[in-house]
Amino acid sequence: MSKAMSRHQDAQTIPVSFTLNGRLQEIDVEPHELLLDVVRERLGLTGVKRSCDVEVCGACTLLVDGRPVSACTTLAFEVRGRSVLTIEGLATNGKLHPLQDAFIEYGGFQCGFCTPGMILAAKALLDENPNPTEEELKHFMHGNICRCTGYKKIIESIMAAAKKMRGAS
Amino acid sequence: MLRRFRLEEPESVREVSELLGRFGESAKVYAGGTELLLAMKEGLVQYERLINIKRVSGLDEVKLENGAIKIGALCTHHQLELSPVLRQNLPALVKLEENVANVRVRQVGTLGGNLCFAEPHADPGTFLMAVGATLIAEKSASKREIAAERFFVDAYETCLEADEVLTGIKVPVPAPRSGVAYLKFGYLERPSVGVAVALTLNGGGKSVGDIKIAVGCAGPAPKRVEEAEALLKGKSTDEATQNLPKAGSVAGAAAQAISDLHGSQEYKEHIVGVLLKRAFQSALSQC
Repeated sequence: MSKAMSRHQDAQTIPVSFTLNGRLQEIDVEPHELLLDVVRERLGLTGVKRSCDVEVCGACTLLVDGRPVSACTTLAFEVRGRSVLTIEGLATNGKLHPLQDAFIEYGGFQCGFCTPGMILAAKALLDENPNPTEEELKHFMHGNICRCTGYKKIIESIMAAAKKMRGAS
Repeated sequence: MLRRFRLEEPESVREVSELLGRFGESAKVYAGGTELLLAMKEGLVQYERLINIKRVSGLDEVKLENGAIKIGALCTHHQLELSPVLRQNLPALVKLEENVANVRVRQVGTLGGNLCFAEPHADPGTFLMAVGATLIAEKSASKREIAAERFFVDAYETCLEADEVLTGIKVPVPAPRSGVAYLKFGYLERPSVGVAVALTLNGGGKSVGDIKIAVGCAGPAPKRVEEAEALLKGKSTDEATQNLPKAGSVAGAAAQAISDLHGSQEYKEHIVGVLLKRAFQSALSQC
């Protein structure tokens, strides 16, 4: 346990009960603990990344009740009673989500560091707008940065996944 | 890394105000946290306590009340993007909200938090000045309304008293034959220049009746620019259009632009003029 996570004797703790990737999760947190640290360091789900740390790049995107948030700047207690989805919870019964399939098929990543955030943000978009125009997609996704600049392939991947998902429903 | 703090979770405005009164500068109201937590993570500010205001009910609605649009201070930018009341009565604010920062910031950041933090590179303050909004500030046992143009004192500083809580924003429903436009310029997430124009036409649509102009982002705090308004008010639309370059340079000078990473003072002053011209034409076209 890192120094930052060690408990003071008089530390205030908040019991947090929430759904993590479909399963009930109960954990005590201190007020200052960030969702990103709790998910990565205490719960061991390292798909979510710390990068810019100022809500600009989207590498720490998680879905809370289906909507994207920056886990780097979200206090962990805020997920009380809510549902959190990380990239680890996207595949069901060992079957990849159509977005994951499409990113593989269309080469929607290079180094892969932005990919969990990209895919989760794209899921939030397609859940509310299954048939986005390219402009709508760019507007929604402009806060997710790919430092390798692989945007063309990312857009192709999301559009292909959208088409596949519309066909399946 | 955030330092330890204690969390208070009051359930009424009175309790929030009392906590602020009791703990003074060692406590801060916390809503979406999109700006406050960044400053705390950087170590620029430190608080022993955060007062989570989100458990106070009734502060997250948009409704029509006595000819005004009343926006609860806890409404998130995303809620405002979707609000049917705003879409119907103040679509220019919806457009502004759709373009605040990014989708994650809009999801949790609140309008009240945005105003109270008074970060200079923010959109809503400038807009609210042009549409003649008032801000509702409450204490344990009192309540007052503050004109948007008097709310901002300096960068990161408002006229709220230590134990006052911003609970809502009131915007008059725009009159018939009126238009509102907010335009901004910038790259990355934060705007470096913002200009808002709200106007009403008189004389069968031939002259500019009431007009309000505000500039923001370029300097320490958003400002209403009455000297620029005076060059356009009461003029025929043609004459007003001819006066736009002059109004633009007056507004540019009033913006108190500073030279920084986003551009030089002269550059920002020029952009104010360009945006003022476009915002005027956009507002005019809505009338």
